[in-house]
Amino acid sequence: MSRVEVDAPQGRGELRDQPPQRESRRTTFYGTLFRNELHTTFRRWRTLALLGVLAAVPILVGIAVKIETGDGSSAGGAGGGGPAFISQITNNGLFLVFTALAATLPFFLPMAIGVIAGDAIAGEANAGTLRYLLVAPAGRTRLLLTKYATVMTFCLVATLVVGVSALTVGALLFPLGDLTTISGTTISFTDGLLRALLIALVVAASLIGVAALGLFVSTLTTSGIAAMATTVGLLITVQILDQIPQLDALHPYFFSHYWLSFADLMREPIYWDDLTKNLGLQALYAVVFGSAAWARFTTKDIGS
Amino acid sequence: MAPFASDDSATAAEVDDLRAARRRKAARYVVPVAVVGVAAATIGLVPALADSGDPDLPKISAQELIERIAASDVEQLSGTVKITTDLGLPDLGGLESSLASGAMESGDGGSSADPSSKLTELATGTHTLRVAADGPDKQKLSLLESASEYSVIHNGKDVWGYDSKSNEVYHSTTSGSAEDGKDQAAPATPQEMAEEALKAVDDTTSVTVDGTAQVAGRDAYRLVIKPKDSGSTVGQITVAVDSKTGLPLKFTLTPSSGGAAVVDAGFTQVSFAKPAASTFDFTPPKGAKVTEGEDIKGEDIQGGEGHEGAERHARPEEDFGKGLDGLKVIGEGWNSVAVFDTGGEGMPSGSEAGGQFGGFLDSLGDKVTGKFGSGTVFSTRLVNALMTDDGKVYVGAVDKAALVKAADAGK
Repeated sequence: MSRVEVDAPQGRGELRDQPPQRESRRTTFYGTLFRNELHTTFRRWRTLALLGVLAAVPILVGIAVKIETGDGSSAGGAGGGGPAFISQITNNGLFLVFTALAATLPFFLPMAIGVIAGDAIAGEANAGTLRYLLVAPAGRTRLLLTKYATVMTFCLVATLVVGVSALTVGALLFPLGDLTTISGTTISFTDGLLRALLIALVVAASLIGVAALGLFVSTLTTSGIAAMATTVGLLITVQILDQIPQLDALHPYFFSHYWLSFADLMREPIYWDDLTKNLGLQALYAVVFGSAAWARFTTKDIGS
Repeated sequence: MAPFASDDSATAAEVDDLRAARRRKAARYVVPVAVVGVAAATIGLVPALADSGDPDLPKISAQELIERIAASDVEQLSGTVKITTDLGLPDLGGLESSLASGAMESGDGGSSADPSSKLTELATGTHTLRVAADGPDKQKLSLLESASEYSVIHNGKDVWGYDSKSNEVYHSTTSGSAEDGKDQAAPATPQEMAEEALKAVDDTTSVTVDGTAQVAGRDAYRLVIKPKDSGSTVGQITVAVDSKTGLPLKFTLTPSSGGAAVVDAGFTQVSFAKPAASTFDFTPPKGAKVTEGEDIKGEDIQGGEGHEGAERHARPEEDFGKGLDGLKVIGEGWNSVAVFDTGGEGMPSGSEAGGQFGGFLDSLGDKVTGKFGSGTVFSTRLVNALMTDDGKVYVGAVDKAALVKAADAGK
């Protein structure tokens, strides 16, 4: 901690008039700080709206497939177009979970993460609440870790919201039962549910990289909107670059490149190559941008 | 830096402190940079370190090695195969596949799960396949695609093709015996490719054992097959043979023009344990569209169709010619050239066809002239074809000069 931070409150008289309940947001107990962050994040209307949009995607997909196949035709057209697994939904509602995750992973989910992560530090700075958080003895490193833990919790919650919504809609509109893996073997419904849970966890883990990137961007600016826009802009840029064949050599290093590898969990036996590459890449992004965010945040001057 | 610059009594010591603080700040950025550096070094070095060099195996003659391949009785295996094909065909991209699918749909109302429509895809690019076999009656071959998979499953009398993307099933029954079944195992496995290559062994070919290699974590001998005469576009064929089981693990075909391999197919992971019985069980999923195929003979199923499909892809001119009479083969061994007469006027040249289409035709081939007259040479990295203006077509895995020579001799 530089001496400026320690000295900072001395220069600002109004800090001494700070209401006492503010103190409770940053007690010395780690869990309390984390819990307070979670509480603050998930109580925001913005967060709830994002989760609502995510929950609506499987409902829309489910209803669309139900209407399209009402006359007995197969979903996704004859050629197997549309998101992955869509042609199997009518036979087994559980596939709606996979389709919904495949449909939301490229854009909706990371966009939601970008909004939450971009807002994490910059939003506090914008609202003028960051310095209150920092007068606590908790320290900036711990505050940053808490913020990152909150964003990761949001990743998991957002993925589970999509999954649970899809499972509910799938169970209501379509039959459930034993399912056929994409390798053609048959697994029991319980096994299928376990795989769905595993897939949800992998999808949540796939978002770790975006979360770290968003948090780093968030430490660069004091405007929450700018941080969100930059993160979502980066997300779109990377997705576009990932489609350009001339950049083939770079593709394996884009955080979104192995996202769809979660589908490999539906092979029998599971094909791990791309899954491990994906998880390793996400870990690398988390460490690189996490430490960059730490370097920036622990050395920056907090003026608001 | 300090927004609260109220301490105007800053002493020299405090200024030093500030400088030190600034240095400490800069030092923190070393962490992410170091992480990137370590990651880059790991990505660069780990494969190099993991490559423990070529294994030390007792010397063996080419003859013994071929016998070991022939004696190989591997019946149970499972593994992952990576196939990279680079024939140097003009890249037509989506056009090619849309034409192909269009043709298929108008043809027989095609199911996308029909094996023949799928396996032609192998002719270009890089593909990952999974193979599993348990005796002559149970085999499975899966083509791994993004978020979907195409599987051909042979279990007893049934042959199933399952395309998970479109949820379509293709079913037929084999009338072939168990021995036929064995041949079907997988057209893309190195075993079949090595057998094909070894068939060509005669006095025009040199076959040697050239050291050892590690393939899919197993020690293997490298069998090198080379044409003796010059003029062939085939540089060499390398087959890595597992030292214990005699199973070919990797097949590489390098063109004489150098550069990347034309075909590179090899196991990236292999196990000789018995695959789980459930691997070969298949029941069409509810609601899947099932296309019943006619009874097919063993060889048609995969070996035939897959291979032929690939060849057809590689040599459209030759396939076109097969339907015509008067197919002759000039020369022998690697330098043999197939000749047939289309009986037509030959290829319209660019100026005759006129317009953009003519320019397109000319851009695909090179004009050549010789004693035979003049014609157009169409080249890929492996197969060249010469179409003369009087309608004769010469095709072979030989270079341009050898084609012209054959045409001159045939005149």
